[in-house]
Amino acid sequence: MNIVVCIKQVPGTTQVKINPETNTLIREGVESIVNPFDENAIEAALQLRDKHGGKVTVITMGPPQAVNALKDTIALGVDEAILVSDRAFAGSDTWATSYTLASTIKKIGAFDLIICGKQAIDGDTAQVGPGVSEFLKIPQVTFAVGVEINNGVMKVNRLLEDTNEIVEVKLPALITVVKQMNTPRMPSFKGKIKAKSAVIPQWGAKDINAEDNCIGQKGSPTSVVKIFTPPPKGGGEILHGSVDEMVDALVKKLRDRKVC
Amino acid sequence: MGIRVINEKCIGCKLCVPACPLGAIRVENKKAIVDLDKCNLCGACPSSCKFKAIEITKEDVHVVDKSLYKGIWVFAEQYEGDVHPVVLELLGEGKKLANDLGVELCAILLGDSSIEKETKKLIEHGADKVYVATAPELKHYTTLPYSTIISDMIRQYKPEIVLFGATTTGRDLASRIAARINAGLTADCTGLAIDKETRLLQQTRPAFGGNIMATIICKNHRPQMSTVRPKVFKKAVPDHGRKGQVIKVAPKIDQDDLLVKIVDIIKDATLKVNLAEAEIIVSGGRGLQAPENFKLVEELAEVIGGAVGASRATVDAGWISSHHQVGQTGKTVCPKLYIAVGISGAIQHLAGMGSSDIIVAINKDPDAPIFKVATYGIVGDLFEVVPKLTRKLKEVRG
Repeated sequence: MNIVVCIKQVPGTTQVKINPETNTLIREGVESIVNPFDENAIEAALQLRDKHGGKVTVITMGPPQAVNALKDTIALGVDEAILVSDRAFAGSDTWATSYTLASTIKKIGAFDLIICGKQAIDGDTAQVGPGVSEFLKIPQVTFAVGVEINNGVMKVNRLLEDTNEIVEVKLPALITVVKQMNTPRMPSFKGKIKAKSAVIPQWGAKDINAEDNCIGQKGSPTSVVKIFTPPPKGGGEILHGSVDEMVDALVKKLRDRKVC
Repeated sequence: MGIRVINEKCIGCKLCVPACPLGAIRVENKKAIVDLDKCNLCGACPSSCKFKAIEITKEDVHVVDKSLYKGIWVFAEQYEGDVHPVVLELLGEGKKLANDLGVELCAILLGDSSIEKETKKLIEHGADKVYVATAPELKHYTTLPYSTIISDMIRQYKPEIVLFGATTTGRDLASRIAARINAGLTADCTGLAIDKETRLLQQTRPAFGGNIMATIICKNHRPQMSTVRPKVFKKAVPDHGRKGQVIKVAPKIDQDDLLVKIVDIIKDATLKVNLAEAEIIVSGGRGLQAPENFKLVEELAEVIGGAVGASRATVDAGWISSHHQVGQTGKTVCPKLYIAVGISGAIQHLAGMGSSDIIVAINKDPDAPIFKVATYGIVGDLFEVVPKLTRKLKEVRG
């Protein structure tokens, strides 16, 4: 079985804090990480490969330094990784990104399953997985928390708001996975050695036969016109006194504001 | 296409440095320098510069005849024949946009024949027209047939704006349609407005886990599509005499679109109140110390009619099911009142509940980050505070 996993390198936002004086993001010491949901996507792919055989290929679209994220995945046991990088991709929104990743997958060739993380933690859109499947003309199953494959039919457990939906679909298909699906493995010593010497091919717009007006800013219907930090909430109040006094004060405040 | 710093205008004030979410700008010799390998032309720095010294140039290539596109559509997501509460919020907000543009507000409703009763409700809540497509295959939402039918309707009737709830269904569907019809789509919007001059929809949304907000437009493609975060906008007030038009659309069901089959839908019996729709949420964290202590959270939630939420740590520990999880890897919620019990407030948790109207934090650690976002904080032992709070609320509520 041939599995392709799409990943994204994102700022490790767990460390992103707001400077209370300037109300801006403090980025000193913020390193790039593999998007956490994509780690689950890789783990899901490796588990399926280990069970059914085949090959796992990881792709990412990003700047040249994203090659480091790909090397990390080789250390985890991924068979092949490809960096899709070109100045022409700059300014891509989710439409152009989906198109670019789908064009890359077409170039790779035959596949059975595409796996993406539910969303990236920087943009939080959850739009690229479905976009890729549309460009590949294959069915999508989003928010997967469990997956099993028997005779080319995939059974997926979807984690929805207040239900789990169990669906079946014939491969090829694309799934996006949630954090609760699995616990990503750690790189092995052997894997780390392999990653060190791994040569990661870099493909540009021409290599994936991308149409000029479908990529980068030109291919992106949306554009950001303004970015700002949300106004601080303010008005925060720590209550004081004995437990009874604090509880009474809180209940009065909540009743006054008619919330309960 | 590209970015440039106009050196004559740049004074090296460094305002742009923290504005860049990618850390791609540095100042050397009092001039800003953009690292093109890191920059993705997101547009954050030009708006931060007081001297108009940074410019992003853009080529307009894709041009559709925008005058052909008119009206605002709302996707009327339904479960078991009832429209989802977010639809009424979309109609409320959609009406304002429609008035600003002087156009109609329409709803699109897909399902089996049991949904036809919902057309009246949609009209009463502001829809001028309701497009209805019914077929047994449309009873439960699945991506492909819904995408095909709605894409075809958009191509035929050409709305300028289409709004979806940012639910699992809305996000799954809108992304597929946008890719198919080459439309612009902005995810999880918390603010919508019409620019009077350009008539463009300004879509504001949180990014980086809510640490920054971005305003996004779709200049040359139509329709402009958004998924909208539930609970942010007020529901439309119903007008029971309101008249509207119901337009039946005969859906073409393509067999190739029926590849994904739903074999089971399992309800989580521990969810008494759905988190995404709750006005009040009481959430428990690791401070509860043991799974059986979730009882304290449940009792408080029950007294005030709230839903039970949970931090990731408690879900990972197996104390409660994933449907309760609030935060970046769980649900994003926006209730009127959020009570955090024994939750320290990791940034991932704050990303999921920080936009709640009123936040109450109960935690014994006065330095817990949750107190930074709390409207009211009680520093104390939750095992003492929560039972007293439950009792007191029970008493005053009768």
